[in-house]
Amino acid sequence: MSTRTRLLLFVLPALGVAALLVWSFTGLPSFGHYPGPYGNVVNAQVVPVRHATNAVASVNFDFRGVDTIGEEFILFAAVMGTSALLRVQRRERQEGSSDDRDESHPAAETAGAVQVICMALVAPIVLLGIYIVVHGHLTPGGGFQGGVILATAPLMVYLGGRYIVFRQVSPKGLLDFGEGAGAGGFVAIGFIAMLAGAAFLENVFPLGKASEVFSAGTIPVINLSVGLEVAGGLLLVMWEFLEQALVVRG
Amino acid sequence: MTGVLQGLTMVSVAVFATAVVLNRDPLPQAMVFAFFGMSLVLLFLVLQAPDVSLSAIVVGAMAYPLMTVLTLAKIRQRR
Repeated sequence: MSTRTRLLLFVLPALGVAALLVWSFTGLPSFGHYPGPYGNVVNAQVVPVRHATNAVASVNFDFRGVDTIGEEFILFAAVMGTSALLRVQRRERQEGSSDDRDESHPAAETAGAVQVICMALVAPIVLLGIYIVVHGHLTPGGGFQGGVILATAPLMVYLGGRYIVFRQVSPKGLLDFGEGAGAGGFVAIGFIAMLAGAAFLENVFPLGKASEVFSAGTIPVINLSVGLEVAGGLLLVMWEFLEQALVVRG
Repeated sequence: MTGVLQGLTMVSVAVFATAVVLNRDPLPQAMVFAFFGMSLVLLFLVLQAPDVSLSAIVVGAMAYPLMTVLTLAKIRQRR
Protein backbone atom coordinates (compact mmCIF):
# COMPACT_ATOMS: atom_id res chain seq x y z
CA MET A 1 0.00 0.00 0.00
CA SER A 2 1.49 3.32 -1.01
CA THR A 3 1.92 6.23 1.39
CA ARG A 4 -0.63 8.20 -0.62
CA THR A 5 -3.34 5.55 -0.27
CA ARG A 6 -2.62 5.17 3.43
CA LEU A 7 -2.83 8.90 3.98
CA LEU A 8 -6.15 8.96 2.11
CA LEU A 9 -7.41 6.04 4.22
CA PHE A 10 -6.53 8.01 7.35
CA VAL A 11 -7.67 11.50 6.32
CA LEU A 12 -11.17 10.61 5.09
CA PRO A 13 -12.32 8.76 8.26
CA ALA A 14 -10.50 11.32 10.43
CA LEU A 15 -12.50 14.13 8.79
CA GLY A 16 -15.68 12.15 9.45
CA VAL A 17 -14.80 11.65 13.12
CA ALA A 18 -13.86 15.34 13.44
CA ALA A 19 -17.21 16.39 11.95
CA LEU A 20 -19.08 14.07 14.36
CA LEU A 21 -17.07 15.44 17.31
CA VAL A 22 -17.80 19.06 16.39
CA TRP A 23 -21.48 18.17 15.95
CA SER A 24 -21.67 16.49 19.35
CA PHE A 25 -19.74 19.30 21.10
CA THR A 26 -22.43 21.78 19.99
CA GLY A 27 -24.95 19.78 22.02
CA LEU A 28 -22.92 19.81 25.25
CA PRO A 29 -23.99 21.95 28.20
CA SER A 30 -21.87 25.11 28.32
CA PHE A 31 -18.62 25.12 30.33
CA GLY A 32 -19.18 25.12 34.09
CA HIS A 33 -22.92 24.37 33.90
CA TYR A 34 -23.82 21.08 35.53
CA PRO A 35 -27.18 19.71 34.33
CA GLY A 36 -27.33 16.39 36.25
CA PRO A 37 -29.53 16.15 39.35
CA TYR A 38 -27.37 13.57 41.19
CA GLY A 39 -24.53 15.88 42.26
CA ASN A 40 -26.91 18.48 43.65
CA VAL A 41 -28.77 15.80 45.63
CA VAL A 42 -25.48 14.49 47.05
CA ASN A 43 -24.25 17.98 47.93
CA ALA A 44 -27.49 18.72 49.77
CA GLN A 45 -27.71 15.37 51.59
CA VAL A 46 -24.11 14.51 52.56
CA VAL A 47 -23.85 16.60 55.72
CA PRO A 48 -27.35 16.02 57.17
CA VAL A 49 -27.56 12.31 56.26
CA ARG A 50 -23.94 11.11 56.62
CA HIS A 51 -22.24 13.82 58.73
CA ALA A 52 -19.34 13.85 56.23
CA THR A 53 -18.14 17.15 54.77
CA ASN A 54 -16.33 15.57 51.78
CA ALA A 55 -19.05 14.68 49.27
CA VAL A 56 -16.58 12.81 47.03
CA ALA A 57 -15.49 10.48 49.83
CA SER A 58 -19.06 9.78 50.89
CA VAL A 59 -19.99 8.82 47.32
CA ASN A 60 -16.88 6.65 46.93
CA PHE A 61 -16.97 4.84 50.25
CA ASP A 62 -20.63 4.97 51.26
CA PHE A 63 -23.25 5.62 48.57
CA ARG A 64 -21.32 3.73 45.86
CA GLY A 65 -19.00 1.73 48.11
CA VAL A 66 -19.45 -1.51 46.16
CA ASP A 67 -18.00 0.16 43.05
CA THR A 68 -14.95 1.18 45.06
CA ILE A 69 -14.45 -2.40 46.29
CA GLY A 70 -14.25 -3.41 42.63
CA GLU A 71 -11.70 -0.67 41.93
CA GLU A 72 -9.68 -1.62 44.98
CA PHE A 73 -9.47 -5.22 43.83
CA ILE A 74 -8.29 -4.06 40.40
CA LEU A 75 -5.29 -2.54 42.20
CA PHE A 76 -4.94 -5.66 44.36
CA ALA A 77 -4.92 -7.94 41.31
CA ALA A 78 -2.47 -5.68 39.47
CA VAL A 79 -0.03 -5.74 42.40
CA MET A 80 -0.35 -9.52 42.74
CA GLY A 81 0.22 -9.94 39.00
CA THR A 82 3.31 -7.73 39.04
CA SER A 83 4.79 -9.59 42.03
CA ALA A 84 4.13 -12.96 40.44
CA LEU A 85 5.68 -11.85 37.16
CA LEU A 86 8.84 -10.47 38.78
CA ARG A 87 9.20 -13.40 41.19
CA VAL A 88 9.66 -15.95 38.38
CA GLN A 89 12.39 -13.85 36.80
CA ARG A 90 14.24 -13.59 40.09
CA ARG A 91 14.47 -17.37 40.40
CA GLU A 92 15.79 -17.49 36.85
CA ARG A 93 18.61 -15.12 37.73
CA GLN A 94 19.54 -16.99 40.86
CA GLU A 95 19.94 -20.22 38.88
CA GLY A 96 22.57 -18.87 36.54
CA SER A 97 23.64 -15.67 34.77
CA SER A 98 26.50 -14.30 36.84
CA ASP A 99 26.89 -11.18 34.67
CA ASP A 100 24.34 -9.30 36.82
CA ARG A 101 26.70 -9.40 39.79
CA ASP A 102 29.38 -7.65 37.79
CA GLU A 103 31.72 -5.66 40.07
CA SER A 104 32.38 -3.13 37.32
CA HIS A 105 28.80 -1.75 37.65
CA PRO A 106 28.71 -0.27 41.18
CA ALA A 107 25.70 1.78 42.24
CA ALA A 108 26.05 5.50 41.59
CA GLU A 109 27.04 7.68 44.54
CA THR A 110 24.22 9.87 45.87
CA ALA A 111 25.07 13.55 46.31
CA GLY A 112 25.16 14.81 49.89
CA ALA A 113 22.51 17.49 49.29
CA VAL A 114 20.10 14.91 47.86
CA GLN A 115 20.68 12.66 50.88
CA VAL A 116 19.97 15.46 53.34
CA ILE A 117 16.82 16.65 51.55
CA CYS A 118 15.43 13.11 51.19
CA MET A 119 16.06 12.20 54.83
CA ALA A 120 14.58 15.51 56.03
CA LEU A 121 11.43 14.84 53.96
CA VAL A 122 10.69 11.37 55.38
CA ALA A 123 9.00 12.43 58.64
CA PRO A 124 6.87 15.25 57.12
CA ILE A 125 5.72 12.88 54.35
CA VAL A 126 4.62 10.23 56.87
CA LEU A 127 2.74 12.90 58.85
CA LEU A 128 1.09 14.32 55.71
CA GLY A 129 0.10 10.82 54.53
CA ILE A 130 -1.52 9.94 57.87
CA TYR A 131 -3.27 13.33 57.93
CA ILE A 132 -4.69 12.85 54.41
CA VAL A 133 -5.92 9.32 55.21
CA VAL A 134 -7.48 10.21 58.56
CA HIS A 135 -9.23 13.37 57.29
CA GLY A 136 -10.57 11.76 54.11
CA HIS A 137 -14.21 12.26 55.09
CA LEU A 138 -13.65 15.92 56.03
CA THR A 139 -11.30 17.44 53.47
CA PRO A 140 -10.05 16.43 49.99
CA GLY A 141 -8.00 13.26 50.10
CA GLY A 142 -8.63 9.87 51.61
CA GLY A 143 -7.27 6.36 51.67
CA PHE A 144 -6.01 6.23 48.10
CA GLN A 145 -4.23 9.58 48.02
CA GLY A 146 -2.88 9.30 51.57
CA GLY A 147 -1.79 5.72 50.96
CA VAL A 148 0.35 6.68 48.01
CA ILE A 149 1.83 9.59 49.96
CA LEU A 150 2.73 7.15 52.77
CA ALA A 151 4.33 4.84 50.21
CA THR A 152 6.62 7.63 49.03
CA ALA A 153 8.24 7.94 52.50
CA PRO A 154 10.31 4.72 52.20
CA LEU A 155 11.00 5.69 48.59
CA MET A 156 12.61 8.91 49.90
CA VAL A 157 14.88 6.69 52.00
CA TYR A 158 15.81 4.80 48.85
CA LEU A 159 16.35 8.02 46.84
CA GLY A 160 18.65 9.20 49.63
CA GLY A 161 20.89 6.31 48.69
CA ARG A 162 19.94 3.94 51.50
CA TYR A 163 18.64 0.91 49.63
CA ILE A 164 19.42 -1.44 52.53
CA VAL A 165 17.55 0.85 54.94
CA PHE A 166 14.65 0.98 52.47
CA ARG A 167 14.39 -2.79 52.73
CA GLN A 168 14.57 -2.60 56.53
CA VAL A 169 11.87 0.05 56.97
CA SER A 170 9.52 -1.74 54.54
CA PRO A 171 10.00 -5.48 55.08
CA LYS A 172 8.26 -7.61 52.47
CA GLY A 173 6.22 -9.66 54.96
CA LEU A 174 4.74 -6.49 56.45
CA LEU A 175 3.88 -5.12 53.00
CA ASP A 176 2.19 -8.38 52.03
CA PHE A 177 0.19 -8.29 55.25
CA GLY A 178 -0.74 -4.61 54.86
CA GLU A 179 -1.95 -5.05 51.31
CA GLY A 180 -4.01 -8.14 52.09
CA ALA A 181 -5.41 -6.82 55.37
CA GLY A 182 -6.35 -3.50 53.75
CA ALA A 183 -8.19 -5.11 50.84
CA GLY A 184 -9.85 -7.67 53.11
CA GLY A 185 -10.74 -5.02 55.70
CA PHE A 186 -12.89 -3.12 53.20
CA VAL A 187 -14.93 -6.26 52.48
CA ALA A 188 -15.02 -7.14 56.20
CA ILE A 189 -16.61 -3.76 57.00
CA GLY A 190 -19.27 -4.62 54.41
CA PHE A 191 -20.00 -7.91 56.16
CA ILE A 192 -20.07 -6.22 59.60
CA ALA A 193 -22.96 -4.14 58.27
CA MET A 194 -24.74 -7.36 57.25
CA LEU A 195 -24.15 -8.81 60.73
CA ALA A 196 -25.85 -5.71 62.13
CA GLY A 197 -28.88 -6.56 60.01
CA ALA A 198 -28.32 -3.93 57.30
CA ALA A 199 -27.37 -4.23 53.62
CA PHE A 200 -23.79 -5.01 52.54
CA LEU A 201 -21.55 -1.97 53.17
CA GLU A 202 -24.39 0.10 54.62
CA ASN A 203 -23.19 2.84 56.96
CA VAL A 204 -24.08 1.30 60.34
CA PHE A 205 -21.38 2.84 62.54
CA PRO A 206 -22.24 5.83 64.78
CA LEU A 207 -22.24 8.97 62.63
CA GLY A 208 -20.92 11.33 65.29
CA LYS A 209 -20.82 15.11 64.87
CA ALA A 210 -20.12 16.48 61.39
CA SER A 211 -16.63 18.00 60.81
CA GLU A 212 -15.02 15.97 63.61
CA VAL A 213 -12.38 13.30 62.96
CA PHE A 214 -14.49 10.57 64.59
CA SER A 215 -17.62 11.01 62.49
CA ALA A 216 -19.29 9.86 59.28
CA GLY A 217 -19.59 6.22 60.42
CA THR A 218 -17.83 3.67 58.22
CA ILE A 219 -16.19 6.20 55.85
CA PRO A 220 -13.02 6.93 57.93
CA VAL A 221 -12.66 3.23 58.80
CA ILE A 222 -12.81 2.28 55.12
CA ASN A 223 -10.34 5.10 54.39
CA LEU A 224 -7.87 3.60 56.87
CA SER A 225 -8.25 0.19 55.28
CA VAL A 226 -7.81 1.55 51.75
CA GLY A 227 -4.81 3.58 52.88
CA LEU A 228 -3.18 0.44 54.25
CA GLU A 229 -3.90 -1.48 51.06
CA VAL A 230 -2.66 1.23 48.69
CA ALA A 231 0.50 2.01 50.68
CA GLY A 232 1.32 -1.69 51.01
CA GLY A 233 0.50 -2.50 47.40
CA LEU A 234 2.49 0.36 45.87
CA LEU A 235 5.50 -0.34 48.08
CA LEU A 236 5.28 -4.04 47.20
CA VAL A 237 5.47 -3.21 43.49
CA MET A 238 8.37 -0.79 44.13
CA TRP A 239 10.07 -3.43 46.26
CA GLU A 240 9.90 -6.01 43.49
CA PHE A 241 10.98 -3.48 40.86
CA LEU A 242 13.90 -2.22 42.92
CA GLU A 243 15.07 -5.72 43.70
CA GLN A 244 14.98 -6.55 39.99
CA ALA A 245 16.76 -3.36 39.00
CA LEU A 246 19.19 -2.75 41.82
CA VAL A 247 20.01 -5.47 44.32
CA VAL A 248 22.08 -7.27 41.72
CA ARG A 249 24.54 -4.38 41.85
CA GLY A 250 25.13 -4.69 45.56
CA MET B 1 -9.43 35.98 36.70
CA THR B 2 -10.64 32.38 37.08
CA GLY B 3 -11.27 32.24 33.35
CA VAL B 4 -7.67 33.32 32.63
CA LEU B 5 -6.30 30.65 35.01
CA GLN B 6 -8.51 27.98 33.46
CA GLY B 7 -7.40 28.97 29.97
CA LEU B 8 -3.71 28.99 30.96
CA THR B 9 -3.86 25.55 32.57
CA MET B 10 -5.75 24.09 29.61
CA VAL B 11 -3.18 25.46 27.18
CA SER B 12 -0.36 24.06 29.35
CA VAL B 13 -2.02 20.61 29.33
CA ALA B 14 -2.24 20.75 25.54
CA VAL B 15 1.40 21.87 25.22
CA PHE B 16 2.81 19.19 27.57
CA ALA B 17 0.62 16.45 26.07
CA THR B 18 1.97 17.32 22.61
CA ALA B 19 5.51 17.32 24.03
CA VAL B 20 4.97 13.80 25.44
CA VAL B 21 3.86 12.55 22.02
CA LEU B 22 6.73 14.28 20.19
CA ASN B 23 9.39 12.74 22.47
CA ARG B 24 10.33 9.40 20.97
CA ASP B 25 13.02 8.33 23.47
CA PRO B 26 11.42 6.65 26.54
CA LEU B 27 13.69 8.22 29.19
CA PRO B 28 13.11 11.92 28.31
CA GLN B 29 9.50 10.98 27.61
CA ALA B 30 9.07 9.78 31.20
CA MET B 31 10.49 13.10 32.46
CA VAL B 32 8.22 15.14 30.17
CA PHE B 33 5.29 12.95 31.24
CA ALA B 34 5.89 14.03 34.85
CA PHE B 35 5.48 17.66 33.74
CA PHE B 36 2.34 16.71 31.80
CA GLY B 37 1.06 15.08 35.01
CA MET B 38 1.74 18.29 36.96
CA SER B 39 -0.12 20.38 34.35
CA LEU B 40 -3.13 18.05 34.75
CA VAL B 41 -2.88 18.47 38.53
CA LEU B 42 -3.05 22.26 38.15
CA LEU B 43 -5.99 21.97 35.74
CA PHE B 44 -7.98 19.82 38.19
CA LEU B 45 -7.10 22.22 41.01
CA VAL B 46 -8.26 25.25 39.01
CA LEU B 47 -11.48 23.42 38.09
CA GLN B 48 -12.10 22.89 41.84
CA ALA B 49 -11.60 19.11 41.95
CA PRO B 50 -9.00 18.78 44.73
CA ASP B 51 -9.68 15.04 45.28
CA VAL B 52 -8.88 14.24 41.67
CA SER B 53 -5.95 16.65 41.83
CA LEU B 54 -4.37 14.72 44.73
CA SER B 55 -4.83 11.43 42.88
CA ALA B 56 -3.28 12.93 39.75
CA ILE B 57 -0.21 14.07 41.72
CA VAL B 58 0.55 10.57 42.92
CA VAL B 59 -0.26 8.75 39.68
CA GLY B 60 0.82 11.15 36.94
CA ALA B 61 3.74 12.94 38.52
CA MET B 62 5.13 10.18 40.76
CA ALA B 63 4.14 6.53 40.26
CA TYR B 64 4.08 6.30 36.47
CA PRO B 65 7.38 8.12 35.72
CA LEU B 66 9.11 6.21 38.53
CA MET B 67 7.96 2.84 37.15
CA THR B 68 9.10 3.80 33.67
CA VAL B 69 12.53 4.96 34.85
CA LEU B 70 13.05 1.80 36.94
CA THR B 71 12.07 -0.42 34.02
CA LEU B 72 14.49 1.45 31.75
CA ALA B 73 17.24 1.07 34.37
CA LYS B 74 16.70 -2.68 34.34
CA ILE B 75 16.63 -2.92 30.54
CA ARG B 76 19.88 -0.94 30.18
CA GLN B 77 21.55 -3.10 32.80
CA ARG B 78 20.79 -6.22 30.77
CA ARG B 79 22.40 -4.84 27.60
